[in-house]
Amino acid sequence: MTADTAASDTSMLTALRRLRMPQTQRNRELGLLLFAFAINAGAIALVQWGTNGVIDGSFLYYCGGLSALVLVLHIVLRIRARDADPFVVPIATVLTGLGIAMIYRLDIAEELTGWGAYSTRQLVWAAIAITAAIVVVIFLRNYRVLFRYTYLFGLAGLLLLLLPFVPGLGTDANADVWVQVGGLFSFQPGEIAKIALAIFFAGYLVRTRESLASVGTRFAGMTWPRARELGPVLVVWLASLGIIVLQRDLGTGLLLFGMFVAMIYVATGKTSWVIIGVTMIVAGAFVASRFLPYVSARFDNWLDAFNPDLIDNSSMQLVSGIFGLAEGGVLGTGLGRGRPDLTPLAESDYIFPSLGEELGLVGVFAILCLYMVFTSRGIRIGIAGQDDFGKLLATGLSFMLALQVFIMVGGVTRVIPLTGLTTPFLAAGGSSLVANWVIVALLLRVSDAVRSRPRVVIG
Amino acid sequence: MTKELRRLSIVMLVMFLALFGSTSYIQAIHADALHENPHNRRALYDSFEVQRGSILAGDAVIATSVPSGDLYSWQRTYADAPMWAPVTGYINPVLASVTGLEQAMNSELSGTSSTQLLSRLERVISGQPPRGSNVVLTLDPVAQRAAYDALQGYQGAIVAMRPTGEILAMVTSPSFDTNTLASHDTDAVETAYQQLVDDPANPLYNRAIGGDLNPPGSTFKLVVAAAALASGQYTPDSMIPNPATWPLPGSNSLVYNSDNGTCGPGASVSIADALRLSCNIPFAQLAVALGNDAIRAQAEKFGFNTSFELPIESAPSSYPRLSDDARVALSGFGQGDVTATPLQIAMVSAAIANGGVTMNPRMVEAVVAPDLSSRTEVESTQFQRAMEANIAAQMTAMMVRDVSDGAASGATIEGIDVAGKTGTAERGEDDPYTVWFTGFAPAASPEIVIAVMIEDGGGMGQQATGNEIAAPIAKKVIEAVLGR
Repeated sequence: MTADTAASDTSMLTALRRLRMPQTQRNRELGLLLFAFAINAGAIALVQWGTNGVIDGSFLYYCGGLSALVLVLHIVLRIRARDADPFVVPIATVLTGLGIAMIYRLDIAEELTGWGAYSTRQLVWAAIAITAAIVVVIFLRNYRVLFRYTYLFGLAGLLLLLLPFVPGLGTDANADVWVQVGGLFSFQPGEIAKIALAIFFAGYLVRTRESLASVGTRFAGMTWPRARELGPVLVVWLASLGIIVLQRDLGTGLLLFGMFVAMIYVATGKTSWVIIGVTMIVAGAFVASRFLPYVSARFDNWLDAFNPDLIDNSSMQLVSGIFGLAEGGVLGTGLGRGRPDLTPLAESDYIFPSLGEELGLVGVFAILCLYMVFTSRGIRIGIAGQDDFGKLLATGLSFMLALQVFIMVGGVTRVIPLTGLTTPFLAAGGSSLVANWVIVALLLRVSDAVRSRPRVVIG
Repeated sequence: MTKELRRLSIVMLVMFLALFGSTSYIQAIHADALHENPHNRRALYDSFEVQRGSILAGDAVIATSVPSGDLYSWQRTYADAPMWAPVTGYINPVLASVTGLEQAMNSELSGTSSTQLLSRLERVISGQPPRGSNVVLTLDPVAQRAAYDALQGYQGAIVAMRPTGEILAMVTSPSFDTNTLASHDTDAVETAYQQLVDDPANPLYNRAIGGDLNPPGSTFKLVVAAAALASGQYTPDSMIPNPATWPLPGSNSLVYNSDNGTCGPGASVSIADALRLSCNIPFAQLAVALGNDAIRAQAEKFGFNTSFELPIESAPSSYPRLSDDARVALSGFGQGDVTATPLQIAMVSAAIANGGVTMNPRMVEAVVAPDLSSRTEVESTQFQRAMEANIAAQMTAMMVRDVSDGAASGATIEGIDVAGKTGTAERGEDDPYTVWFTGFAPAASPEIVIAVMIEDGGGMGQQATGNEIAAPIAKKVIEAVLGR
């Protein structure tokens, strides 16, 4: 292409940009956003009505700020990323809003107010999270720049994972994943590490997919990779196990490894990787349940939750969540009318059973469908994208979210043993909220690039 | 890549389907079972909010719930608590303990019985708070008061009922204050409970239908006489040999009559007179002659060896299989292996008073919906025919003479024909006697059947007799009921 053609292409693009094209995606998004705001407002109102019988002024405080910030994000998208996916932000808004409503409801039950209330903190963190998303959308004009820094992100991810072990920063919580800054707020760097590692995996796999997908030994109708290709996978597996053992964070280890296996399968197309990966997970789980006491305790609780010996101590929380869900039944007890506060950690680990108790099976299905649509948008970007990095990144992030929901909801409903992951957008937890909104921003950016790039037509 | 992505999306779909399935299972399919799980505190707290129905006897409200302002929402309050304790029992949500009618009628009182499903749904739709139904009893406060007052100072029980099975009074002594055990103050309740348990007089026992069962003594002669008459081989005038002492078959032990002499003058005595004078030796011989099987069959027709649901469950009175003639002989006058509750002995009299048909005893008259919209009456039901009507008439006549001219004279009431039978039972060798009275009045068309049992000899040790102690008590109760 000559310089002239390039220049005229650019000027044509700029001219096209100045045209007042109807912003279909953004209009769709606006409609959905208004609906989302209505749902959030309704949830807060019902919580107040259900618990106190009256709706008071603080109602605006709970849904106003969130709605305003999301509108700002919407406006930024109209300016900077016109063709971004219209479903992602409304879904994230509804989920965040529902989470805040339930946390607020729990605060009322526990009689927490002001800065001691989890909902206040969640609101602040939501503001920070949406601001972070706005920042990412504004400053990450081209997501491909992330590809350039693949190994940097890998290193950053590892460092963030190791941050709780730095003396003076780490706290003494159940799982060594917390970092406390100046005694003021605590943060889970692991949540950001997951995004960094997703970027790293995507970049790494794009660079090495040729060798990973190359010819290997044929066995049982599939091509198995050569020993040297297994190297990196083993490294990741060992790192995940290390996280589980040292930080006692079952969930993150499982999540990272699952995401990696999925991405490597998508990148190489070889089923043998999946089989190797699944075998390693099962082997790792088996070894962990034998040698790590707290892991075997989780397995006992999973398999035998209603055993009278366990039901009053170790499986009490899990069983209480299940009783709460059952109490909700199909239609739920209604916001503010149930007893979600009987379950410990109802605002974080057990936010889903709390919502299930008050919103019922209908509400649960709705939330699960929201997650399903959210992650399917990510996969759609993966399918529609043209460059491998974008496809892998979108796929990786979406699958990670879906896996996280599966691990979390599966854990509280006894499909699998319970782990310590957060339920995306819903659970009370600043770091998780920030990380998930950054994922939203990344998906917006990738989807915008995918849509706005003219499709290459050959011939 | 696209093919793999599609496959990956299918994997994600399967994951979500698993979640749809597991949540559906918990919230729809298995929800009821989880609700019933005893560890489910939510179901428990839900039950606390229900306003429990009241229990009524006549016009008196004997158990009711008042708002309590604590976690349990309601405080159960009992009127005349020690008098009604064996009837109501108590319910304590803090300790999750419930006894008596509070337990037996719990579903109706808490509004959770299946028959109340429609009204529950109505209340949910109309937004009213859940309430339980009221239970109206057959018990009569006048009879209950008379029996309770008459029993003060004694250790024992009284059961008064109609010939058709409705219970008019059920009193046990010593009793306890159910309000102290229904309190929400856990420490106070535990202290009180421990005191009651440690009390050697066992105030927690409902001696009317359970506790430590006593031998019925001579009141069991009614059963033996009925068996004799029903066999067709005897009439009230059949004569039995009348020695002053009689050796138990196959042993050296001797049986004596209560006055250590013969049963009236003469070498033989009629069954009617043997019953009237309450002699042991003729009945011992009669028992051996009839045999264990015949007596047991007759006893079971009266309700022995059966537990009844009043709806409180009564302990079964026992007349066992006996292979040894000596033991059969002893059972002939209500000693040895025979044990009975006052309820059972009252049922014997009730069957006689009811033309020979034993009815199922019951305490509940009706269950009334909280808004008075429906009233479910309970019907009296027949247990078994114990004897033909003409034999019942013969038994009645014998029992009337027992009171007017016999060993049960302590129950005589002027102007009314009282049918009765006393009993004085030995427990252990050195233990005080347990004394009994059972009967009904007026004999021609009975309105009240009664059984009185006093343990501990009524303070008179081995000098106690049923006629001196139990009969006058029964007389007071009969007068109170008939005299109104």
